[in-house]
Amino acid sequence: MTTESTQPNNYLDMELLRFTTAGSVDDGKSTLIGRLLYDSKSIFEDQLDSVENTSKKRGLEHIDLSLLTDGLKDEREQGITIDVAYRYFATPRRKFIIADTPGHIQYTRNMVTGASTANLALILIDARKGVVEQTCRHSFIASLLQIPHIIVCINKMDLVDYDEKVFEEIREEYEQFAAKLDVKDIRFVPISALKGDNVVNKSQNMSWYEGATLLYTLETIHIGSDYNHIDCRFPVQTVIRPHSDKHHDYRGYAGRIAGGIFKPGDEVMAMPSGLTSRIESIDSPVGKVEEAFAPMSVTLTLEDDIDISRGDMIVRTNNSAEPTQDIEVMLCWFNQSGPMSRAKYTIMHTSNEAKAIIKEIYYKVDINTLHRLEEDKDIKMNDISRVKLRTTKPLLVDSYRKNRSTGSIILIDDTSHETVAAGMII
Amino acid sequence: MSKYNLTHLRELEAESIYVIREVFAQFENPGILFSGGKDSIVVTHLAKKAFAPARIPFPLVHIDTGHNFPETIAFRDNLVAELGVNLVIGSVQESIDEGRVQEERGKDASRNWLQITTLLDTVERKRFDALIGGARRDEEKARAKERFFSHRDDFGQWDPKNQRPELWNLFNGKHHSGEHFRVFPISNWTEMDIWQYILLEQIQIPSLYIAHEREVVWRNNTWLPKSEFLELRPGEEIVNKKVRFRTLGDITITGGIESTADTLEKIVGEVSAARQTERGNRADDKRSDTSMEDRKKEGYF
Repeated sequence: MTTESTQPNNYLDMELLRFTTAGSVDDGKSTLIGRLLYDSKSIFEDQLDSVENTSKKRGLEHIDLSLLTDGLKDEREQGITIDVAYRYFATPRRKFIIADTPGHIQYTRNMVTGASTANLALILIDARKGVVEQTCRHSFIASLLQIPHIIVCINKMDLVDYDEKVFEEIREEYEQFAAKLDVKDIRFVPISALKGDNVVNKSQNMSWYEGATLLYTLETIHIGSDYNHIDCRFPVQTVIRPHSDKHHDYRGYAGRIAGGIFKPGDEVMAMPSGLTSRIESIDSPVGKVEEAFAPMSVTLTLEDDIDISRGDMIVRTNNSAEPTQDIEVMLCWFNQSGPMSRAKYTIMHTSNEAKAIIKEIYYKVDINTLHRLEEDKDIKMNDISRVKLRTTKPLLVDSYRKNRSTGSIILIDDTSHETVAAGMII
Repeated sequence: MSKYNLTHLRELEAESIYVIREVFAQFENPGILFSGGKDSIVVTHLAKKAFAPARIPFPLVHIDTGHNFPETIAFRDNLVAELGVNLVIGSVQESIDEGRVQEERGKDASRNWLQITTLLDTVERKRFDALIGGARRDEEKARAKERFFSHRDDFGQWDPKNQRPELWNLFNGKHHSGEHFRVFPISNWTEMDIWQYILLEQIQIPSLYIAHEREVVWRNNTWLPKSEFLELRPGEEIVNKKVRFRTLGDITITGGIESTADTLEKIVGEVSAARQTERGNRADDKRSDTSMEDRKKEGYF
């Protein structure tokens, strides 16, 4: 790694932060994203020209920055975001990936998709309206998908005379609601995306606010401990065997570390066989390394020749994922047609797959109020429900709370091959 | 930055390697689409890392319009020899000779659309079930909606409104026979990331990317290179300029920018100061506001 420090490149210490936003047409989400992109100089002149032309053609007085994020013809014709759009910007401190999703209830599946890889969720509240149904929905999804950080932006402060009392009332209201959620880190920033207050620059209009601006918070929030570095999990993707003279006996297990820290010499166990060995070496993209952790893609070689293939998991001898055929999940349904009774699906979990049926539906969740609907067990698109799955062979699972990678599954329809559902293991 | 945190480039690298290995594990007969441009060079570099110390277990696939920069072809042949992989060439000229497609006529005719037929014929002929490409989501608004694993029906077409959701890092590559996937391991990279990574890893790239003296003509707001395919129009003249190319496509449609950036470090500096997107010099994207989406639906890269 020594060559890296000698490179004349200022960007080598940058980290990557993935965040998600959800919102509807008028809550200022597009304006906020537009401002972050524009103020960080991530919008190019030809993109801006093109957006300006389209805005004029439609007879708009201002430049509609949502045109930057709406990529498909239908989206631009209808003026709504249908799908998840990914946007990119960078400051000298961090590179950001925004998963921008629509906010209406009929797009719950898109919000869940955007949230699945996010470190942070941006929740926008209109200062004139306070906490509304959509606020609860977005926050619940963030909590369900175990996004470690939430920033609540109380927006349009310019329309309430930058009043501290309004900010404090909304904050209190949100905190009361958030007591029901499972999110460790929630912060509040009063902003005006339109005027730019507290987005990139500190507001002159809200001297009572002593916290950081939104961008500064995004740049500095601690994300180092978002991965599980305790419980060692290495799902094997593929086995590398060069069959060349030089590497005749090389047998490497390739995969992406899902949790824990692996070191040469560690005693490890291959699951489900339970056979043990020691790590001989760890090959990484930068050569041999002395330790490896999530989310690195590496190749492990072991001291003993044991039988390991795709779908197996390498763990520490005293700490394994639990092999089980009965999996309790919170399931989000993605497909137009709901599950057929007794239907078999392919279940994908890490690098492993099996067949699964939905054995029991316990309840559906009203995602606006978090109430359990115990009577309604008719699963439709966008529904979130607690179910039990039964698989044809044991899978090595952790709870989603413990590990987002070994705690998540998708279900695939065997006829259409579509991904019909995603689940978080309880 | 804490000890157990990756830099953004190493995290992107890990993600891309994971995706490339997933292609190997889930498909029977994949290939890497190789244009000789910087993005496909980076993808090939990542594939090399993904399977080291073994060879890349896929061929490189070049859809050859016949309108190449000579430098690109030389670079391609060297790389193939160095990696010890197979090269599959789909020739647009052959498609024209066989009467599969007709050469475009008119003022700004190019072979850009024709590549689609050649590409899909190559998929069918070689029975590819997955083609790995170097498209990035930051390039173009239709590409911002693209999945890592992007499904193509048995006509090779993309249905942007009916894409499979992608959550966490669970990629669903299930398909019926005759269908195939396009896979984009560097979806989350930006132009800046690509250049920083080329610099960090000291990856060899064609000399065209680095500022050099060249005979060019000013047309459609860009410096088009002189070639055997270029016909001068009234009022145009060939001049000598120091230029470099931000993207590489056909020599007939790829314009250069005036630049003095003759090292990788200077290019990174220039890219970070640029106020125009890199595809701004590509005539193929300028035809209409949705030209990329339209081409992608038909089966384009």
